[in-house]
Amino acid sequence: MSALPRAIDMGVIGCHVCRQVSRDTLDSGHSAKACPRCGSILHRRKPASYMRTWALLIAGFIMYVPANILPIMRTGSLNDIDDNTILSGVIELWDNGAKDLAVIVFSASIVVPVLKFLLLSMLLITCQRRSNWAQVQRAKLYRLVEFIGYWSMLDVFVVALLTALVRFGVLSLVEPLPGVVFFGLTVVLTMLASMSFDPRLIWDGENTDD
Amino acid sequence: MICEHCDTVYRRRRLVRGEVAQCARCRAVLERHHGMGSNTLLALLLTGFIAFVVANVWPVVTLALGSKQISTTLWGTVITMWQEHSQIVAVLAAATLFFFPLIRIVSMSWLYWYARDGRRAPGFVPIMVTIHYLKPWTMSEVFVLGALVAIVKARVYFEVIADPGIYAYGVLTLLITAFAAVDVRRLWDTTSEQAA
Repeated sequence: MSALPRAIDMGVIGCHVCRQVSRDTLDSGHSAKACPRCGSILHRRKPASYMRTWALLIAGFIMYVPANILPIMRTGSLNDIDDNTILSGVIELWDNGAKDLAVIVFSASIVVPVLKFLLLSMLLITCQRRSNWAQVQRAKLYRLVEFIGYWSMLDVFVVALLTALVRFGVLSLVEPLPGVVFFGLTVVLTMLASMSFDPRLIWDGENTDD
Repeated sequence: MICEHCDTVYRRRRLVRGEVAQCARCRAVLERHHGMGSNTLLALLLTGFIAFVVANVWPVVTLALGSKQISTTLWGTVITMWQEHSQIVAVLAAATLFFFPLIRIVSMSWLYWYARDGRRAPGFVPIMVTIHYLKPWTMSEVFVLGALVAIVKARVYFEVIADPGIYAYGVLTLLITAFAAVDVRRLWDTTSEQAA
């Protein structure tokens, strides 16, 4: 791979915010250097990427457990009160004949978060071991994780809309339950986790820089 | 230019219509050609702003049960969530569906208005940095899908009427998709340093 020069070897540094390329002078004494164009602090790699990503990912996972166990909304009418979890909401959609929507909600609320936990952990572990395995594919997986991240908010918005809409007094009522708050937090935490991961670490192989 | 995904350094080349520059190491997109000038973008942004206003002022959906009718707007949803002890959800929805999209549309219009003659708008640097950080947190398109799911769920028990708000959101989603292809950071290069 000698044909493709990397910024870290050439002594230049790219700004995370505005992409301006400037000379890397981080070694010459000053601890922090600002981008000459936009004023953001320059880093060769996102600072403490492994630690931050692990911390946010684990926090997200802890929130994900109650998000799935606790019900996310209560639907009540004259004769019965029904507490829905994320999964039971999907099953209800499926039984009501909206199979396509059931698949969409299932992907957004179950598949996407689980995929994010699995893929980010895999990326973190392989990078920490400085593995050279399937680098192009791993880089693609990271971009996938970034792209799908925010679609998990779907269920949160559904609960919010239904709560605001269905208020017919005793006849029919929808209330949000704590599960939805945990779920919202999971989405935010995993989004932050994928942002604090630095995909350049995938390519750092034998470098010893963190 | 440096690939953001793997740190490989390239010399920038001018792209022609339809061309996409891709990183040879990690296959990430480095840059896309886009033919939209500042005026075209401004027109789209104005359309987006109008759609945004309609989407927020008119109700999104109306439910009917017998003679009773209930409709809600985005803000009605946010306020209800706040009252129902889900303040975190209310704040998230208000930020990702109202404040962030609004700030993005308004500040992009501001920047492209000045960029028409290659100038930098007052406050150029802080606005560019803000837009960069807000980009992943605008979720209007997720809300549209959420509204569809809510409609289908509610239809089992109620009569559902789709209101102008949901159509405006549909338009907004299309426009947001169009904006997504535009790299605002190009403005760093296409505008000149002297402030307006």
